[in-house]
Amino acid sequence: MISTILKRLLGAIPNLIGVVVVTFLLTRALPGDPAAFFAGASGTAEAVEEIRKKLGLDKSLPEQFIVYVRDLARGDWGMSHATGQSVLTELTTRLPASLELTLAALFLAVIVAIPLGILAATRPGSWIDHLCRGIATAGVSLPTFFTGLLLAYVFYFLLGWAPAPLGRLDPYLSAPAQVTGFYLIDSLIARDFAVFVGALKQLILPTVTLALFVLAPLARMTRASMLGVLSADFIRTARASGLAPRTVLFTYAFRNALLPVMTTLGMVFSFLLGSNVLVEKVFAWPGIGSFAIEALVASDYAPVQGFVLSMALLYVLLNLSIDIAYGFVDPRMKIEN
Amino acid sequence: MTSVWQKRLQTLRYVVGENPLSLAAFLLFAAFVLLALVGPSIAPFDALASNVGAPLSPPSLAHWFGTDSLGRDILSRVIIATRLDLGIAVAAVGISCILGGLAGAFAGYFGGWTDRIVGRLSDTIMAFPLFVLAMGIVAALGNTVANIVIATAVINLPFYIRVARAESSVLRNAGFVEAARLAGNSEVRLLFHHIIPNILPPMTVQISLNMGWAILNAAGLSFIGLGVRPPAAEWGIMVAEGAQYIVSGEWWIALFPGAVLMLAVFCFNLLGDSLRDLVDPRRRT
Repeated sequence: MISTILKRLLGAIPNLIGVVVVTFLLTRALPGDPAAFFAGASGTAEAVEEIRKKLGLDKSLPEQFIVYVRDLARGDWGMSHATGQSVLTELTTRLPASLELTLAALFLAVIVAIPLGILAATRPGSWIDHLCRGIATAGVSLPTFFTGLLLAYVFYFLLGWAPAPLGRLDPYLSAPAQVTGFYLIDSLIARDFAVFVGALKQLILPTVTLALFVLAPLARMTRASMLGVLSADFIRTARASGLAPRTVLFTYAFRNALLPVMTTLGMVFSFLLGSNVLVEKVFAWPGIGSFAIEALVASDYAPVQGFVLSMALLYVLLNLSIDIAYGFVDPRMKIEN
Repeated sequence: MTSVWQKRLQTLRYVVGENPLSLAAFLLFAAFVLLALVGPSIAPFDALASNVGAPLSPPSLAHWFGTDSLGRDILSRVIIATRLDLGIAVAAVGISCILGGLAGAFAGYFGGWTDRIVGRLSDTIMAFPLFVLAMGIVAALGNTVANIVIATAVINLPFYIRVARAESSVLRNAGFVEAARLAGNSEVRLLFHHIIPNILPPMTVQISLNMGWAILNAAGLSFIGLGVRPPAAEWGIMVAEGAQYIVSGEWWIALFPGAVLMLAVFCFNLLGDSLRDLVDPRRRT
């Protein structure tokens, strides 16, 4: 098992290198001359040259790349001009907010999509099958930023059930002491149930918005792979042997059907992390997505590069853990290795 | 010749009968194309002119979709935006279909180092959350519509590479290719005359499945303030402009452009599904 995990870790290295090379190239492609930018409008040609030397921009590309990687490894991800903080600090303080939202949405999507997919697969052609198909097609067509606004309008403005779509917590509540950075967990640790309920209320709408979008691929894949497994010979044998329908469905079919679903999780995470940015903007969620948008609007590029890099690293890590989990779910992987 | 067409018509009728939504999607698609073509001449007002009506007035007979904070007619803006939104998506998907298709076909046909390079390129793109990569590309290249097209094209590349590669690596050993090779055709000629024409049908399906997603991505980028600049009319940016008014109850500013955007994406997705059912029924999910 450990050797399998090691093998997966090694397999992720080319992706990591690819990610760092691409973000480096994107940094080099920045519009304008960074040296001229730092020198300011009054900077003379000599001053620009001086700064260029200081920033290492006079060196060759491979040398610059080595410096870039060294700085990244040291935790020097540049400064945010807008906030005056180091990009890495900004990102790490905001990351829990984004992660809490993303994971909550994933959880919600999984607990809705998988039963829906199973139901649709066991009753092909029924209304629930059509519902599943309809939701799947409609779900991927929803612009997340638009559904978010629509939900906010209906549930905040019209019905008044949800709090104002502004941030993670009502301004009159104070954030719980930071342990994990997830307000839901931290407030439980602090036994502050008012904060827990407040955080949950703020979380619901953005979570539903995100979940609606990723529900579709999950439900579709569950349905398709359940249908495939249910028509397999071993299911017929199991049924013919008189096993209870429930046992056949969950023990025999579902475990096998789970594998392709886990593979789609990678794609689902790509969607989630991407639309997270949009949802954060709609709900003024103080995560790394809204941080990147603010930086983009202010033409402050170091935070944007840091954001792209950290999202990519996060995504590589997520894919790696899916790969490793896959090995645990599918016993055949152990034999192959 | 007639029998072939009759047969096609029959299949078409079957697909439409099986899924009546396909017909609706096709009609909607035609409507969108028409809007993109003749939009500017049928829009009731100038999309950029302010104060054609009272600012922030709700939908009325004069302004079906209401007016925004500058008193611009939202219906006209939504109509005008069709050309820009579809244009960005078509250009991006076109670029990535041609480049990705060629790269994938080369990789699948020649294998070896070509395959490794193309595979690595596509893996590297897929190692990013795609929308985030698009943000990074636009930020790095500069905030213009052309760069939105480039960014959307780049994040779509892996899908075309994958389809073209898979198809051409199967076709390379097919009987008719073998026959053409023995007849003395050069490898490049084989690729362009025998392989690529045969990977076009699955590529077409991929295009139609991809189109809706490309529109969504482009609109998402302009929603966060990239690419299209105000006062230009574009669905994503119009939703962004209306976002601040949602919480005070002026719903029409964001609702109409958002709903039309959703309808366009939905229409392309349905169309893609039915096209796939037509070309390759086994991949139906």
